[in-house]
Amino acid sequence: EGPSSSSSSSTVGIHRPALPMTGWEQVCRFLDPEPADLSMEEESDTRKINNSFLRDHNYATEADIISTVEFNSSGELLATGDKGGRVVVFQREQESKSQPQRRGEYNVYSTFQSHEPEFDYLKSLEIEEKINKIKWLPQQNAAYFLLSTNDKTVKLWKISERDKRPEGYNLKDEDGRIRDPSTITSLRVPVLQPMDLMVEATARRVFSNAHTYHINSISVNSDLQTFISTDDLRVNLWNLEITDRSFNIVDIKPANMEELTEVITSAEFHPQQCHTFAYSSSKGSIRLCDMRQAALCDKHCKYFEEPEDPSTRSFFSEIISSISDVKFSHNGRYLMTRDYLTVKVWDLQMENKPLETYQVHDYLRGKLCSLYENDCIFDKFECVWNGSDSVIMTGSYNNFFRMFDRNTKRDVTLEASRENSKPRAILKPRKVCVGGKRRKDEISVDSLDFSKKILHTTWHPHENIIAVAATNNLYIFQDKVN
Amino acid sequence: MEVNVEARRILAVSISKLYASRTQRGGLRLHRSLLLSLVMRSARDIYHSSRESEESTGAHSAPEEPMDTSSSPGEQTRLSEAQHEPQPALNSAELAPEEPDNADDCCDRDTTEDKENLSPVKQSRKRRGKASAAPDFLPSKRARLEPGEERYAAPLGSCRAGAGESLTTLSLNRVIPAF
Repeated sequence: EGPSSSSSSSTVGIHRPALPMTGWEQVCRFLDPEPADLSMEEESDTRKINNSFLRDHNYATEADIISTVEFNSSGELLATGDKGGRVVVFQREQESKSQPQRRGEYNVYSTFQSHEPEFDYLKSLEIEEKINKIKWLPQQNAAYFLLSTNDKTVKLWKISERDKRPEGYNLKDEDGRIRDPSTITSLRVPVLQPMDLMVEATARRVFSNAHTYHINSISVNSDLQTFISTDDLRVNLWNLEITDRSFNIVDIKPANMEELTEVITSAEFHPQQCHTFAYSSSKGSIRLCDMRQAALCDKHCKYFEEPEDPSTRSFFSEIISSISDVKFSHNGRYLMTRDYLTVKVWDLQMENKPLETYQVHDYLRGKLCSLYENDCIFDKFECVWNGSDSVIMTGSYNNFFRMFDRNTKRDVTLEASRENSKPRAILKPRKVCVGGKRRKDEISVDSLDFSKKILHTTWHPHENIIAVAATNNLYIFQDKVN
Repeated sequence: MEVNVEARRILAVSISKLYASRTQRGGLRLHRSLLLSLVMRSARDIYHSSRESEESTGAHSAPEEPMDTSSSPGEQTRLSEAQHEPQPALNSAELAPEEPDNADDCCDRDTTEDKENLSPVKQSRKRRGKASAAPDFLPSKRARLEPGEERYAAPLGSCRAGAGESLTTLSLNRVIPAF
């Protein structure tokens, strides 16, 4: 890598509605430095690319591992949460006439500590501060609001800008020291003076003590007044204004825990119908529920499940059929689910089988035993739709991520890696060789690095800009239009 | 016999994962524990049924088949046999007292009757003698006691070495009530 400008984007051309299968280029990266055993030269280059996102220490710590990424509803902001309980919000740079090529770059906007580790004394266990999910509220005024959650507590954060401050108080001077009343001889009205832009984050609500088990998802309702938080056995409905109570709307805990066969893995509100939500299970099924039917939505109104193929049965069939993520399409007509080896698109009108099934990394099917031993089989991959619901994306191992075009049925494998990416470099499609002769550019299954996994990705709501979290690094790519 | 070896290996790995998950930061994860117990159950059933068929035929057992997903009719038969095995195998005896004490506090189940004293017919399925010595892959260490804790008499079918029935009487249902 040559000396880098902080990677500037190319000019953004006409927005192409179809999927860009080729032509993804890197907009920017936010990298933690390599461990100290690498050459100094490479490290100094890396530091030039980094900006204030960089932490002080010289090694990749576990606290920096990104655990969630989410664009807000306009795409102007991108939030990441990490294992250390920190949230970092990036903002897209404004278009400027003097530097048109810088449009599309995201810079750090706000950083704050959302959750701290806690200790539950009653159960003698530590509550991790890792941010499991972040969901934005649509913007209604100048401030931005997001919900962030760890295993037990959801918090509503307000992120606002301050670029003015009052000056000229009567009773105290500019440092805040109280003035001696005898020295005050006249009255003046404090005036707002401009100051350097400050972005502050404040916790406006804390929604706690409602979950016995670990929260795996949160979802904001289209009514913008309520949201759900979901743990392994229950879904709770909250009002954004009320923190001391929530309604339990799904409870699948059996009377006798020994009879437990299934847990809830994710839940999401329908994007338009404020009374509809879906939740996925560890058995590979999805239930659609209507909150108007009953206060407790244990009875689903739709049940989506594909019968298991008996020819692929193994010790690990249950694990690989467990759904790790469920997402409604933007138009509200489809559901997408991710299990260990596939992504499936379901039509809400058809319950007995998915509309489409995409193989993410079927070459792992023969390696399930090893993946069980190294714990990779428990990895929970997420999946995302693009803005027009024509393309879906999900992550894999070796820092690969996959995109599937639902219309053309083409797919592509791309890699987020610092070795292969230069500023404005176009990502080269990757290919995994499954057997036989390995071609020059291919990588064999046994060479894949299973410690490098892309679990979290997000797609800009309107444009072809994606953010990909690779362990403790964040990559942002956009469609380069020729 | 490959299937048996594979099942044993998976069981050993699963048990060590279960133990490790108890010290995990953030506490026991219900989803993960459930998946582990499902795998253990399949592996245990395969192991059990393959041991049975080994005993009944007396000879070298069925064709070796790798236990991953390449479909093979022999494997499928064995699996379906395993599914149809009588449920009591699951419910007999209790997991060893290595489970943390606070698991009982969080445990939600009602006190059920003594499960290891089911009808003798079922107990006769347990094997005795040299062939049934504890599989060598099971941990032989005893649980570390917390201060003030006492070690009480291990129930039948304890996980410890020397308990010949340990593998067959492992109750995986006890994994979940740890919450």
